[in-house]
Amino acid sequence: MSMTTSTQPIQFFHRGRIVDVSGVHPTRSVLDWVREDARCTGTKEGCNEGDCGACTVVIGELADPGEKGAIGGLRLQTVNACIQFLPTLHGKALFTVEDLKAQCGHGHDAQQHDKHPVQRLHPVQQAMVDCHGSQCGFCTPGFVMSLWSTYEHHQEGQTRPTRQQLADDLSGNLCRCTGYRPILDAGQRMFDLPAVRLDTKPVVEALTALKHEHTFDYAAPLGQRLDHFHAPTTLAELAALREAKPAAQLLAGSTDVGLWVNKQFRDLGDIIYVGDVAEMKAIEERPDELYLGAGASLESAFAALVRRVPSLTDVWLRFASPPIRNAGTIGGNVANGSPIGDSPPVLMALDAEIELRRANAVRRMPLPDFYVDYMKNRLEPGEFVQGLAIPKAALARQVRAYKVSKRFDCDISALCGGFAIDLDGDVVKDVRLAFGGMAAIVRRAANAEAALIGKPWTQATVNAAKLALAKDFTPLTDMRASADYRLQVAQNLLQRLWLETRTTDPLPVEATSVWSVMPHAVAVEGV
Amino acid sequence: MNKPIDPKLFKSAEAFADYVSNTAARIDVNAEAKAHGDGARVGISRPHESAALHVAGEANYIDDIPELAGTLHCALGLSPVANGRLKEMKLDAIRAMSGVVAVLTAADIPGSNDCGSIVHDDPILCSGDIRYMGQPVFAVIAETRDAARRAAARAKEALDIEAAPPVITPQEAHAKEQYVVPPMHLVRNTDEGGAKAAIAKAPHRLKAQLDVGGQEQFYLEGQISYAIPKEGGAMHVYCSTQHPSEMQHLVAHALHLHANEVQVECRRMGGGFGGKESQSALFACVASVAANKLKRPVKLRLDRDDDFMITGRRHCFWYEYEVGYDDEGRILGAEITMVSRAGHSADLSGPVMTRALCHFDNAYWLPNVEMHGFSGKTNTQSNTAFRGFGGPQGAIAMENILDSVARELGRDPLDVRRVNFYGKTENNVTPYGQTVVDNVIHELVADLESSSDYRVRREAIAEFNAKSPVLKRGIALAPLKFGISFNVKHFNQAGALVHVYNDGSILVNHGGTEMGQGLNTKVAQVVAHELGVSFECVRVTATDTQKVANTSATAASTGADLNGKAAQDAARQIRERLAACAAARHGGDASAVRFANDKVEVNGRTLPFATVVGEAYLDRVQLWSDGFYATPGLSWDKDKMQGRPFFYFAYGAAVSEVIVDTLTGEWKLLRADILHDAGKSLNPAVDIGQVEGAFIQGMGWLTTEELVWHPKTGLLTTHAPSTYKIPTANDCPPVLNVRLYEGQNFEDSIHRSKAVGEPPLLLPFSVFFAIRDAVSSVGEHQVDPPLRAPATSESILRAITAVQGAAA
Repeated sequence: MSMTTSTQPIQFFHRGRIVDVSGVHPTRSVLDWVREDARCTGTKEGCNEGDCGACTVVIGELADPGEKGAIGGLRLQTVNACIQFLPTLHGKALFTVEDLKAQCGHGHDAQQHDKHPVQRLHPVQQAMVDCHGSQCGFCTPGFVMSLWSTYEHHQEGQTRPTRQQLADDLSGNLCRCTGYRPILDAGQRMFDLPAVRLDTKPVVEALTALKHEHTFDYAAPLGQRLDHFHAPTTLAELAALREAKPAAQLLAGSTDVGLWVNKQFRDLGDIIYVGDVAEMKAIEERPDELYLGAGASLESAFAALVRRVPSLTDVWLRFASPPIRNAGTIGGNVANGSPIGDSPPVLMALDAEIELRRANAVRRMPLPDFYVDYMKNRLEPGEFVQGLAIPKAALARQVRAYKVSKRFDCDISALCGGFAIDLDGDVVKDVRLAFGGMAAIVRRAANAEAALIGKPWTQATVNAAKLALAKDFTPLTDMRASADYRLQVAQNLLQRLWLETRTTDPLPVEATSVWSVMPHAVAVEGV
Repeated sequence: MNKPIDPKLFKSAEAFADYVSNTAARIDVNAEAKAHGDGARVGISRPHESAALHVAGEANYIDDIPELAGTLHCALGLSPVANGRLKEMKLDAIRAMSGVVAVLTAADIPGSNDCGSIVHDDPILCSGDIRYMGQPVFAVIAETRDAARRAAARAKEALDIEAAPPVITPQEAHAKEQYVVPPMHLVRNTDEGGAKAAIAKAPHRLKAQLDVGGQEQFYLEGQISYAIPKEGGAMHVYCSTQHPSEMQHLVAHALHLHANEVQVECRRMGGGFGGKESQSALFACVASVAANKLKRPVKLRLDRDDDFMITGRRHCFWYEYEVGYDDEGRILGAEITMVSRAGHSADLSGPVMTRALCHFDNAYWLPNVEMHGFSGKTNTQSNTAFRGFGGPQGAIAMENILDSVARELGRDPLDVRRVNFYGKTENNVTPYGQTVVDNVIHELVADLESSSDYRVRREAIAEFNAKSPVLKRGIALAPLKFGISFNVKHFNQAGALVHVYNDGSILVNHGGTEMGQGLNTKVAQVVAHELGVSFECVRVTATDTQKVANTSATAASTGADLNGKAAQDAARQIRERLAACAAARHGGDASAVRFANDKVEVNGRTLPFATVVGEAYLDRVQLWSDGFYATPGLSWDKDKMQGRPFFYFAYGAAVSEVIVDTLTGEWKLLRADILHDAGKSLNPAVDIGQVEGAFIQGMGWLTTEELVWHPKTGLLTTHAPSTYKIPTANDCPPVLNVRLYEGQNFEDSIHRSKAVGEPPLLLPFSVFFAIRDAVSSVGEHQVDPPLRAPATSESILRAITAVQGAAA
């Protein structure tokens, strides 16, 4: 491993060739590089925090052999360019809106017969024109890139998205003009136009040439200082780096860290990027547990969870947006320790253990024990989150997860409840009630749980648990919800849990959730 | 479409109409193709003129313009305090920061430190009084945008402020009687004793209060100006603005220049919605002051959070009202007090309140009415124009009243609305004295009532609710009438410039601005129609104060009405000259020369348009023209609040059905049916885009979009899309039936079309009242739900709990 001040250039594939970049600060965003340095101004900045999607680009990586959803040997994923740091592109391919027409060649547009041959629009773009999918046009390139990702994935799989799937795929793209209907129309029409597919061969060749076995080290000056960006490729390298540089900032999907830079101008110093450690991304079915590598993306981690626990579907789809779930990691969401993170309540309901590593020493603890206080956890200097383990037994319980926020998609929870219940006949044998948004940390409701265990699963017992819940939590009032609302809804979510799991006349989700009217046809693949 | 909702629709992908049927339900493709073949260029659903550029990422916004060498970047230092007195600025540390070129304050402004649009009470940079948290106090100019932002972020350390407690809510301002403009009163007495006597005598009375929140424009492209110094001290400003002429005047004042020394240009905005009508000025002025001082180009592009913190938005309103009504729900007398949150300065708060008072009647005859409007001065961002401009805030109060009256009487709200509709020949004068001569609300609502199966679905919903313990459904129909024209008479004018080049290609320029609404598309269509050429022959270029002077803001939905007429006037003059020239050359009568489909028929011959143009050039015919239009017949006495402020009215109605979760207050729009009056549409696809976009945008205003200020510090805590939630694709209902009403404008508007930008923002009232209906069902419709807007899940659950409590 390299501890010198040596630096390699950042190399990635963009617009048909390998680009070499050096001299830019490690926290320079992909968006600023694209717009200001590469002068590709098609990609827009709308919010600079990953919430509007105007900067959506697609990142290509070499897919694993036999990887589901791969396209011509590539893994293509949308991300928000505004919160990705440029060095994270090293060894990858960057696709921006400028790449689409380039795939289509020239021709005579029917309406432009008297002019020079024009570069044809990609089917995604043509469909957006045909369906009147743009008005002011500023969000449009971001929508086009999200639709292009959908287009390539469905063309590869020879499938077609439902309108619901299109809406889910576009949940990270805000449009203020159209009201979305014409954009959803375009998402259907694009498949009815003559197909144009990405030629992945030159991309795969370029990425193969850029493949590297060991840590990528990049550095650039900030005033008198040299700031390092280390991207190890193995767990061992990561562990060694982490131990050697305990003060360095660990970076995974940068869906939060990106905001520290963009909005708070925080000085990160040296960075250790975990995104290139393949072992960290592994999701494994083990004899007695489901193991989620900390570097697994939120999208793949939740796909694995939902495959086993379908009742988690809503929380999955409502967790941020596809570009954020593609970039963000399950380990990052847990380690970040936000009281409103959506994975900890789910993981606590599933009895997850968190696995920490320092050098070669690995230890585990129940997830609730990991959190000490607001943004404080049990990580020691030099230690990092390596993975999460969910015991098989927990997956067999009746599990529910309810997220409540102002907007269905891409919103931060006012509160989120993760529940698991074991009934022995009519009696509550065991129960987990974990809440986010109700305290300074995500935690379980000890009093409410105690009020249920060993009791008959009746309305009277639920009422007692609701009262006990008021002893568990004294929530805050903020811009997302008032304290009163949080507590009332937390209590009502216990009611919903009971209505859905009571032994007599349990209500189907269609009778308890307004979201059930949205026909999410989720295809869950992979481990 | 238009059948009762089959329950299975909500369970399968088939719930969503596919794009082919969506298009077929909205646009008559065959009729349009025939009309196009016959030479029509209006009434055709042509895609947005920039659509191909939008989708390719090739449409240039101001930040995409290649930067000139030496360009500097600006960021603003903001007040961390909402009210107080600026004692001292310690800017040396900021000046010494890496990359910083200069730090400017109010003292560096050579002309007047004011960017107020009507009242001159709006400082560009703070000159002593701290008025709100986020107020720009100083400007950092640096080599890079990043360096400027990092330096400006140090404002808190640099500013020494003596803080005072802020006034945040409109009620507080009203209690202190502090207003940004004098209170307004609009009173109409038909019967002796007026509203008070009518209320007192009425069989029934209702007295209540209502809260309706504000709304952030959330244009996707934030505020931006790029100022380039020119010779002789002149200034060229690229500005994302709906009002280039006002920017020109304010920059001239700030720099102490004449208007002829300032050029403002805008090709397009990435959304405006009213937010760039007056409030683009501060940024245009600061960039210009800096460029003037440093003699280098300066760009000021706001970060999204700063945009929220600095600029104002739709006014929130608080209402207190009392009405008297009869057994059928007829309003006999109404008295209402409206208090808006104007913010720290007047901006457009006066005209917004005027429009609110002129839209309280919505579609209803109010024989005796007393309205009082107060624009409360608060220590918050200065609120401004937003699509609807007070109209929605005025009308929603009346709709809330009628909804409550219906519940009190146990009648269907549609029946109560209907008995109050303006008459066609009687009961047809508005409280401000304008006679409603173009009323189509009766037939429009009847059409929608039938096509949406309103009655059948109401029964089905009652059945559903009786069996559903947790989830409740609700339905509502809401009509609208919206006055078109600026309430200020002299704004209702426009100019255009049409050039026909000697190759037959045409360039159009007009005073309106393109913000996505399709104005340039429509104006190009009008010109293509007038000259009988294909769409591709006509190009519309950037709005530029050096081309058309003294323009009005592109606002009040009037863009196509005004600029379309002006462009038509210009094109018609050229056509007449071409016809005269062609008749002189080829014989026949000039009035018989016909222009269509790129051809000119003259005296039995058919010539290509370009040939006729080439001949006219050789004959020394002027091939360019200006055009002008002033809306006829308008009058307004602002002191008496009487006159004919509107050229005509646009109408519409919507039916919405929602489902509400009584445990959490979460809800979902299941289906919406919309029928909207765009007159004889210039471009049905563009107009339907406006209708649907406004519907979803207005739904956001009334539901998920909540603005929260810290009650003590005055910090706007919802200052980014992470905390301020506009609708996403999943908020578009699975069933969305939208039609344009068949008809034409009673008045001689451009090709008898109607303005369509703002009126449909009132359509989503139906969503709010459908939610109210669902909430009401938990109390068997016996209790009026105290639902405030926005109807967030929290607001809904609070109302449910209150209804349950009162019903128990």
